[in-house]
Amino acid sequence: MKKKWLAAPLAIYAVLAYLFLHLPLLILAGFSFNASRFTVWQGFSLAWYRAAFQNGQLKESAWNSLIIAVFATIAATIIGTLCAYGFWKRSQPVLAGSLYMSLVTPEIVSGISLLAFYQWIFRFLHIQLGMHTVILAHVSFSIAYVVIVVMARLRTVDAQLEEAALDLGANEWEAFRYVTLPAILPGVVAAALLAFTVSFDDYVITSMVAGVDSETLPMVIYAIARRGVNPVVNAISALIVVGFGSLILISERLRAT
Amino acid sequence: MESVLELDEVSKDYPAHRAVNAVSLGVGRGEFFSLLGPSGCGKTTTLRMVAGFEDPTTGKIRLNGAGIEHLKPYQRNVSTVFQNYALFPHLTVQQNVEFGLRRRAENHIDQRVRQVLELVQLTGKESRFPSQLSGGERQRVALARSLVLEPDVLLLDEPLSALDPNLRKQVRAELKNIQRQTGITFLFVTHDQEEALSLSDRLGVMSGGELQQVGTPEDLYLRPRTRFVASFLGLVNWIDGVGVRPEATRVTKQPPETGARSRPARVVQSTFLGNCVHVEARMDAGPTVVAEVSRLGESFSEGETVDVWWQPDDELTFAGDEPTQE
Amino acid sequence: MKRLRAWFLAPTWTVMLSLFAAPLAIILAYSFLTRGTWGGISRPWSIESYQRLADPIYLGILWRSFWIAGAATVLCLLLGFPLALFISRAGNRKNLYLSLVILPFWTSFLVRTYAWMFLLRDTGLINTVLQKLGLIHNPLPLLYNDGAVILGLVYGYLPFMVLPLYATLERLDRNLLEAAADLGAKPWVALTRVVIPLSAPGIRAGAILVFIPCLGAYLTPDLLGGGKTVMIGNLIQNQFTTARDWPFGSAVSLTLMAIVLVLLLVFVRRQEGGLV
Repeated sequence: MKKKWLAAPLAIYAVLAYLFLHLPLLILAGFSFNASRFTVWQGFSLAWYRAAFQNGQLKESAWNSLIIAVFATIAATIIGTLCAYGFWKRSQPVLAGSLYMSLVTPEIVSGISLLAFYQWIFRFLHIQLGMHTVILAHVSFSIAYVVIVVMARLRTVDAQLEEAALDLGANEWEAFRYVTLPAILPGVVAAALLAFTVSFDDYVITSMVAGVDSETLPMVIYAIARRGVNPVVNAISALIVVGFGSLILISERLRAT
Repeated sequence: MESVLELDEVSKDYPAHRAVNAVSLGVGRGEFFSLLGPSGCGKTTTLRMVAGFEDPTTGKIRLNGAGIEHLKPYQRNVSTVFQNYALFPHLTVQQNVEFGLRRRAENHIDQRVRQVLELVQLTGKESRFPSQLSGGERQRVALARSLVLEPDVLLLDEPLSALDPNLRKQVRAELKNIQRQTGITFLFVTHDQEEALSLSDRLGVMSGGELQQVGTPEDLYLRPRTRFVASFLGLVNWIDGVGVRPEATRVTKQPPETGARSRPARVVQSTFLGNCVHVEARMDAGPTVVAEVSRLGESFSEGETVDVWWQPDDELTFAGDEPTQE
Repeated sequence: MKRLRAWFLAPTWTVMLSLFAAPLAIILAYSFLTRGTWGGISRPWSIESYQRLADPIYLGILWRSFWIAGAATVLCLLLGFPLALFISRAGNRKNLYLSLVILPFWTSFLVRTYAWMFLLRDTGLINTVLQKLGLIHNPLPLLYNDGAVILGLVYGYLPFMVLPLYATLERLDRNLLEAAADLGAKPWVALTRVVIPLSAPGIRAGAILVFIPCLGAYLTPDLLGGGKTVMIGNLIQNQFTTARDWPFGSAVSLTLMAIVLVLLLVFVRRQEGGLV
């Protein structure tokens, strides 16, 4: 546009909009350093962070979240990458449709349906809700994200490269492993980082299918938040935002290579 | 000459059309054989069937006498140089060229790679990546990558078409040289008739999925069996159902040679092409012909009345327009 | 080649069938059963759960969910359109501005919802500041109502509106706008007569991407509505925990799914018809 009409009003608006998007988190993080538990600034302090790190329940749930996220991410990334590769070769409308549906299904519905499914299964296998049920649930909703990210990467790969590999003596698996996989690896890692944050942060589905011994960090945060505002939550939140933010930034960078 | 590659009534059907129709041909060991034709004629599909990327609907493909049409690409001792080279971007030149050898876990890989890089004149570029190479260099890597495997047949899919026009002639000569030196059988696909004529020991012309004629460049140019082959390989003047090449067509204000057939005509245009002159003349009977005349002979200007003549021996005649196969 | 592809797709098929399709099938079955004496499910089969949805209480929840989701969608559109317009004209900083929109979204949803609790509650930052400035004497009840829920939803799903809008606006032919300006159209007119109609596909896409998750929201109304704002999501969760009425909860879930599917179908039809 040579004539920049509405340029000034739009720019002002954009600043306000970005403030709206970012200020709440910044304020939240800022007050995590507040010496007092009230929303009146009374000096800088790391007390809430110390409290967070000393809280046994927080530490245990964070550890659970980590374990779940790691296992779920590994599984979802492998399954999702293979799936994206399969889609690349030839489109699979039914499977793609079901993955899309899994993204669109409200989380509460996914959660309760998985709970119903598990309870039904538990009549035959004598097990309970626990870490494994959570991990499986996380895998089921993470695959779609992985597929999307890896497929986007695959579209940048020249299909003829695999033909060349076959032509030169590689079989189908070797062609994937030595030619296509290296080409999509940044996308695969980006997808894994995305799946990790999605899994670590999940509350709704996890809360429905977690067992007594598999409390996750979001579940603990939720419980505390339900009772009211607690500066310890501010501290954890700040850590989470910084942590996830970094992972996502790295993920975005990888997707752009 | 023994055939290293044989195609026996090979056809390829797609839901909408028949891309290749009962093509039969034989390529001799050490031969430079070209498949020539316009885009869509089926030449690339034929090549891909030999490589193993497409399955023939019917027909047999034999390599050294053994049927290969049911084998996967990696089970056939043929190798393809793709039109866009298909170099592996994450591997260096060295790693690209040795790729096939590594899959076979062969011996003396480094030495063989070094030799083939010398052959294509890429010594010293081993650790470059494809993105750091010029178009011509990438083409040579693609060539080296296939040559180093010493395939029974090397398949080349329009390898020169992605190059700058001024580079093509030079690369063409190098390609012919390499073929002679290595003695490997080349199956070369192109739409450029000049390329095909200058490079090939024998060539086949395809159109609409059918192989119209196979023979030496001379055979096809001087004794084309169909009108399509005649006009695809060079300019033809069509006069009363008979074809005459411009270099056999004479234009004169003097009486023609004895025994010649002639027609009166009027000069439309005279174009100086450097080594010769093309004279366009419209005959009274209708068609406009192009005559190639020496620049040292008569000169003609627009509107002049002339005689167009040719010797009957130079006429191209055809047994109907049925395409024939060898 | 085909066999390798089959192997590659098999794990996904397994997961989708066992952890997505089967659970939905099970709650479909449950929705036709009856609540057991101590909760859970039991025979007989009936459609009683679906019939209960016609009760004014539940229709009210349904209606409220629609209007909250609708309000959130409209607000996202009003707030997101100028932002998307700004980014689409930002030249080589486009990606930076886009990242600034997307980045907050991919941090924790829970944290972002909690942030508004922190800001809106009676002793929260907004009330504290307003009181300090002497503008009010008693804290405003900003939290635990429909308004807070809508605000939380807008905050959460604004990027879902901005991205498709941006994609459409970015593809707009600049010449059209210049032509409009040449013909004497004031910026406002060019905007309403040219830009907005042409960005209809993006508006539709953004609307559906925001409306559907908002309709099925659970966490936001739960935390920011404080139990007073009951949306479909809260109702479902309640049936599977406190009320232990699985058949009814299943029926509500499937109804929600059906609504989502219908909306998607309508949207897909509209988009394909509108795509020239």
